[in-house]
Amino acid sequence: MSDQVNTSRRKFIGGAAGSVAVTTVAPGILLQSVAHARTPDQPATSENRWGMLIDTNKCSSGCDACVKGCQDEHGWGGEDTNEKLSREDQQAQWIRKVNIRDTKTGYAHSLPLMCQHCENPPCVDVCPTKASMKRADGIVLVDRHACIGCRYCMMACPYKARSFVHESLLDQSAVQPRGKGCVESCTLCAHRVDLQGADAVPACAEACAAEGHDAFIFGDLNDPNSKLSQALAKHGGTEIRADLGLNLGVRYQGI
Amino acid sequence: MKKTVKFLEVENNGFGFYGLLGALGLIIAIGLGAAYHMEHSGHWVTGMNNQVVWGMPHVFAVFLIVAASGALNVASIASVFGKKFYKPLAPLSALLAVCLLVGGLIVLVLDLGRPDRLIVAMTQYNFKSIFAWNIILYNGFLAIVAVYIWTMLDATKNSYSKYAGFFAFIWRLILTTGTGSIFGFLVARQAYDAAIMAPMFVVMSFSFGLAIYILVLMASMKWTDRPLGDAVISRLKNLLGVFVAGVLYFLLAYHITNLYATEHHGYEAFLLLGQNGGALYSKMFWIGQVLLGSLIPLGMLYHPTLGKSRAAIGWACGLVILGGLAAMYVIIIGGQAYPLVLFPGMEVSSSFFDGVVAEYTPTLPEFLLGLGGASIAMIAVTIGVKVLRFLPVSLDDSTADPHAKSDA
Amino acid sequence: MTQMLRSLSSLLLLAGLALAGLVPVSYAGPPLPEIPEANARFSDTQGCVEPTEVMRKNHMEFILHKRDLTMREGVRSKQHSLQQCIECHVPPQESGQVVRHSDEQHFCNSCHSYAAVSIDCFSCHRDTPMPKDASAPAFHPLGKAIDAHHGISSVNSEVDSEALETLVEMN
Repeated sequence: MSDQVNTSRRKFIGGAAGSVAVTTVAPGILLQSVAHARTPDQPATSENRWGMLIDTNKCSSGCDACVKGCQDEHGWGGEDTNEKLSREDQQAQWIRKVNIRDTKTGYAHSLPLMCQHCENPPCVDVCPTKASMKRADGIVLVDRHACIGCRYCMMACPYKARSFVHESLLDQSAVQPRGKGCVESCTLCAHRVDLQGADAVPACAEACAAEGHDAFIFGDLNDPNSKLSQALAKHGGTEIRADLGLNLGVRYQGI
Repeated sequence: MKKTVKFLEVENNGFGFYGLLGALGLIIAIGLGAAYHMEHSGHWVTGMNNQVVWGMPHVFAVFLIVAASGALNVASIASVFGKKFYKPLAPLSALLAVCLLVGGLIVLVLDLGRPDRLIVAMTQYNFKSIFAWNIILYNGFLAIVAVYIWTMLDATKNSYSKYAGFFAFIWRLILTTGTGSIFGFLVARQAYDAAIMAPMFVVMSFSFGLAIYILVLMASMKWTDRPLGDAVISRLKNLLGVFVAGVLYFLLAYHITNLYATEHHGYEAFLLLGQNGGALYSKMFWIGQVLLGSLIPLGMLYHPTLGKSRAAIGWACGLVILGGLAAMYVIIIGGQAYPLVLFPGMEVSSSFFDGVVAEYTPTLPEFLLGLGGASIAMIAVTIGVKVLRFLPVSLDDSTADPHAKSDA
Repeated sequence: MTQMLRSLSSLLLLAGLALAGLVPVSYAGPPLPEIPEANARFSDTQGCVEPTEVMRKNHMEFILHKRDLTMREGVRSKQHSLQQCIECHVPPQESGQVVRHSDEQHFCNSCHSYAAVSIDCFSCHRDTPMPKDASAPAFHPLGKAIDAHHGISSVNSEVDSEALETLVEMN
């Protein structure tokens, strides 16, 4: 018997094991890389289209956890609002609970309403300076550097999603600059999305989950395997004012 | 022998002229102070809110801008349609158009949340926005009418006035269409989203612009002791009557169409019948726009006796202007006050005033800003006729219309 | 006679120039701005994320470029982020120093008020770092007492608050 070990067999087994491992693991890595496609120093692309599905059956009319979550994250409203001089009808409201009652049948339910992040946003169409913009990944934002405060986008929005800041502000949230004379609305927590991608959870959704209601599903509409897309395929999602043909990013279940 | 109409600068130097400048200047100063207050403190000092985002300043601004376009009508009739009768009236018409537009734009710009970003608005354009197009159209209008005025005042350039006039005519039709489309292009609101807004604004511009023109003509000729004959006035007032009737027609078409569609019944009941919180807007519409602003002036202008009285004509013009402001109030504020219909047939409520008619109470700074803008327009006309030859020396019957039959 | 006048006038001219030449020597120059020290250094060799001279001259370029990248394209890296500038250059509110953007001691304002170049960043952007303590309320309205419980332990910087106060006072 030779003292030399037959390394060629070992090499073969090692190689085979390695390639099996690679072919098993690689698709998982690739899938992961699709979901976490973007690092913070890369721009948003149209590869993603962020959206939400809200199950209004899980929404109770007395609960406004989502509103408080947004308030805490972005620094608007609440008891110690920094809009102290503005009247109630002048204070910002990025998300609100709307109570609906069918007068004919008496059926009542409630839902949270915020910027619907339309694919064809009327607010972007009408903005004279391109301050109201839609990002490549579908999030509709106000670029306050360009906003002249004409409020035309507020006239145009079918959902009254936008607010105007009527006074000088201090102590804004570091993640959400906002100031006098500019228009603002829900950002779909873009600052979280940019850093965490599909794992991001907007503040409203997070607050709802913390209360145990789990009415929100956030995700990538362009990814057929995302929890959002699967839920939409299974339960459908209604657009508010679907007749306008805006192809909304935020859809509802149960209305 | 046919007398050629001469133009001369206003030579008044007395208390009357400088008193007028002073009074207008005071209103402007107060208006600018109001604008500073609004900009410095923020819009919380106004009645505007997140539901009614455009208020009193916009009522004034849009009125002035619409009237500006229409004020050029008299000049257009002279240059574009070749009616020689209107030629002496043309320079003043063009001056008034420019001044009214400047006044309206100043109000609009001073009400912006960030007027310091005007440079951004002038350099960064979203060409899908009708608002952006309007910025281009308004500035272009100022330039084109300036050239038009030059062709009229400079004797060596008179032959070009018909080309400049034609260009100005087309431009202002596009401009007023653009202004009406600001509202007509808004798909979301029950009161807007209608193609008729554009032509309605065009005819409104004819009506408001001419009413202001007649008043300015009568006042400037009277205060400078220059004769103004009935031949001119009666033609202008008859024309005004036609335009006022035209506006009524468009109103009728707009509302009848809305009434036919069940989905618009909510808004129509709100506006025409004052139901569901529309009482104020209903009154503004029926009493302000229709009765005082259209029917009564129409009656006064075409009445056999009243129609010949300068005072009555002046009052009729004043009522048309008042009616125009009421019309703007109804369109701009009434259109925003009526809630967005997100869930048709449902009763809706929220913490953000969904499903309810929005409250709007104009505040003093807003009024002062609007009045300031109107005064800027008037002071510009006053200075204009003083420094340049806009005003005819005489518009008595023999000068204006050599073939006019004397009623005396 | 003219010869005497000529020499007299040239003598006067010489005297005038000499006096003028003395002026810079005696004149101290305008007072320089007092720029507060930052909370931390970028590295041992470099104070800021870019060399100081580069920053002084070009900080506006960096800020403008980054703002469009972040706003329009969602690039949220820390390099040239305005938020990161504030984190380093403005004392956090927990340190006891409440420095607002209109104060002379605010890093940006110390130089901008001197140069009379008004900036409106802080009409929208937060002018102090966010509180480090996750449980602390995010916003300390002006005039309200800073929560005494947080003190210096939550401040994560190389300069402790006492030293910072001294530094700011010195400057």
